[in-house]
Amino acid sequence: MTDAIADERPPKDDATTQMTARASGGGRPVLTVNDLVKHFTVKSGPFQPNAGKVLAVDGVSFELSEGETLGIVGESGCGKSTTARVLMRLMEPDSGEVMIKGAKVGAPDGISVRDMRHLLQMVFQDSYASLNPRMTIEETIAFGPRAQGVSLDEANQRARELLGHVGLDPNLFIRRYPHELSGGQRQRVNIARALALKPEIVILDEAVSALDKSVEAQVLNLLMDLKEQLNLTYIFISHDLHVVHYVSDRVLVMYLGKVVEIGSVDEIYSETAHPYTRALLSAMPSMDPSNRANEPPISGDPPNPINPPSGCRFHTRCAFAEDICSKKEPLLHTVDGKPRHYSACFMSIPGSDHSGAPKGNR
Amino acid sequence: MNVPTNNALVEVDDLRVTFSSRDAQIAAVNGVSFTLDPGEVLCILGESGSGKSVTMRALMRLLPKNTARISGQVQIAGRDVVAMSDHDIADMRGPVVSMIFQEPMTAFDPVFTIGDQIAETIIRHEGVSRSDALARALELLDLVQIPSAKSRLKNYPFEMSGGMRQRAMIALALSCQPSLLLADEPTTALDATVQIQILLLLRKLREELGMAIMFVTHDIGVAVEIADKLAVMYAGRFVETGPVAEVFAKPAHHYTHGLMASTVKQANKGRRLQAIDGSPPDLAALPPGCAFAPRCGRCDATCQSAPPGLFDAGPNHSVACYHPVASNEPAVAD
Repeated sequence: MTDAIADERPPKDDATTQMTARASGGGRPVLTVNDLVKHFTVKSGPFQPNAGKVLAVDGVSFELSEGETLGIVGESGCGKSTTARVLMRLMEPDSGEVMIKGAKVGAPDGISVRDMRHLLQMVFQDSYASLNPRMTIEETIAFGPRAQGVSLDEANQRARELLGHVGLDPNLFIRRYPHELSGGQRQRVNIARALALKPEIVILDEAVSALDKSVEAQVLNLLMDLKEQLNLTYIFISHDLHVVHYVSDRVLVMYLGKVVEIGSVDEIYSETAHPYTRALLSAMPSMDPSNRANEPPISGDPPNPINPPSGCRFHTRCAFAEDICSKKEPLLHTVDGKPRHYSACFMSIPGSDHSGAPKGNR
Repeated sequence: MNVPTNNALVEVDDLRVTFSSRDAQIAAVNGVSFTLDPGEVLCILGESGSGKSVTMRALMRLLPKNTARISGQVQIAGRDVVAMSDHDIADMRGPVVSMIFQEPMTAFDPVFTIGDQIAETIIRHEGVSRSDALARALELLDLVQIPSAKSRLKNYPFEMSGGMRQRAMIALALSCQPSLLLADEPTTALDATVQIQILLLLRKLREELGMAIMFVTHDIGVAVEIADKLAVMYAGRFVETGPVAEVFAKPAHHYTHGLMASTVKQANKGRRLQAIDGSPPDLAALPPGCAFAPRCGRCDATCQSAPPGLFDAGPNHSVACYHPVASNEPAVAD
C-alpha cells in the first residue's frame, strides 16, 4: 500500500477504496461512509452574503461492522453531530456516499431515504425537545410505524411492547405526556421510539449526556441489554471519554471536521498515536484526589471551524507542530503497521518531513 | 460540624428554602448546616434537583423574593445575610462574596463590552474613576490568562469563545477581591480540554488570592480536581461531608457509595454498571424518613420513621445514615 502524504486529496477512484479499507472494523460491513462532506455557508450581512464556510464535516470515511459499537469523540464543533445528522439524512450531504448494507443511500439504483430509515434510527441528546409535547407516549412511539404503513392496532401494540423492553410499565405510561416524565424516563421513550421501526443500526447522539449519573448508569445498562437482545449496531457519539470507553468496540476521534484517529478502544486509549487524542485523554478528570492534574494538556479553545488552520488543523494547538504541519495535510495512515489503527499525523507517517516520524519508507 | 469556629468565613445553620406555588410547596433545601474557613474549597456534589444551586443562591440571596422563603442562619464574614437590608446585601455582593455561573453568555449583558461590565462593578463598589477602573479590568483579564487582554476589553460577550467568556466572568467576579467565590457548575458547559484549564485557573487564583470557594457540580471528577471538603447533597440535605480524599476512599452513605459505583470508569469496561434504582424523590412530597430510603438496599423501619441526623464516620467525616456503609466493604466495585 502506498500511502499518500500529499495535501491534496488523492484521485477519487483509487482513494475511496483505500479509505474504506482503512477505517474498517473487520466484520461484515453494514454501513460504509465514503468521503462525506457537509459545509455550511455563513451569511454575515446584506453586503457580505458569503462571509465564510463552516467546514463541519470535511471528508469523513469509515466503515461500521455488524454488531459493533463505534464511539465518536471530539470537542464541540468538531462535526460529530453533523455527521450523525447527515447519516440520518436530516441534512443533505454536499458530497460523498453512504452505503447501507451495500446499497447506496438516495441513489436510483440504491436504497431510498425512506427505506434507509427502517435500518437506521437515532436518539438525540435533549430528551424533552425531541418529543412532541402534544402527543402521548403511545402516539409518539407508534408514529413511525404508522407513517410507514403499519395499522393502528399493530402500531399501538408495538408501542406497548417496546415500553416494556425499555423498562417502563406500558399500563402506566402509554397515556402520559412527555412533561409528566423524568429525564431518564423520557430518554427511555426516545430509545423505544428509535426502535419502533426495528432498525439494525442506532445512532446515539449524546444520548446519556444530559442525564444524572445514577440515571446514566441505568440507561447505559439498558442500551447494552437492548444491543444484545435485538442484535443492534451502535454509533455512540459523546464528549465523555469514560462513557465512550465503556460502551465502544472501536473509537473514531474527530477534530474540526476531520477524522484524526480511528482504532479499537485499546489502541485509542492505551496506544494513542495522535497528539490531539492524547490531549483529550489527559483532560479527563483523574478520579484520584492524590493525583490531580497540574498542567493543562492543551491550551486554548478549539479554533473556529470557519476557515480552519491550513495543513494539519491541529497544528495551532499541538506541542509537536513543525513546519510541515502547517503546509501539508496529513492523511490517515496505519500506526506501526497495526491493521485497524489509523492516525492522521505526520509523526505516524514514515518518511514524512516531521522529525518525530518513523524513519525510512516502508 | 455545626460548631462555629471563631475565624470561620461562612457559618450556615439549619438553612431551609421553600418555594411556594399555587398548587405545591417545594422543599428545596431542608436543613443544611456547614462552616467554611477562609481559603477553603468546599464542593457540593449532587444531582439535578438536589438543592445544591439553591443553597448557594441563598447565600447571596439571589432567590425570587415572592416565592422563596429562606429560614435558618446564614453568616458570611460575621454578618447575618438573611436579615440584611437589600441595600446592604448589594454592597456585600462583589467585595465579600461573588458568583460565577454555568452559562456565561446569559450571565453577561450582551450589549456592553466585557471591559465596561467589569469597570462598572469596580466603580459601583470602590468609587474610582472610569479610567482607573478600566486599568484594573485589564489587570484582571491578564490575571485570568486571557491572551491579548487589551483588545479583549473591547469585545462584546458574543465575540468570545465559551472558555474565554468563562474566564472573563471569573475576572468580573474577582473585580472587587471577594473573600468568597461561589461557582455554580462553571465548567459544565465547556469541553473537557477547556474545563481542566478553568479548574487549574481557579486553583491557582485560590492560592494567589487566598479566597474561599464554594463549588457546585454534578461531576465527581470535577469535585476531585478542585475540592478540599466534599458535601454530597440529596433531596435538600447534606447526606455526607468530609475531606474529599476521605469521602472518595471510604464513602459512608449508600447514596455516595452508589453514585461512585455507577460512575463510568475505565475499570468498568465489559461489566454491568451498578446503577442506583429508581429516581430522586419529588420535593413537593418528601418521605417522612430518610429521603434516600425508597432507593436504598439497607433501609428498614427506622429509616422510614424519621430523617437521620449526622453521625461521625471518621475524622471530620460525617454521614446522615442509620446504617452507614461498613468500612470493610469495597468502596467502589473494581
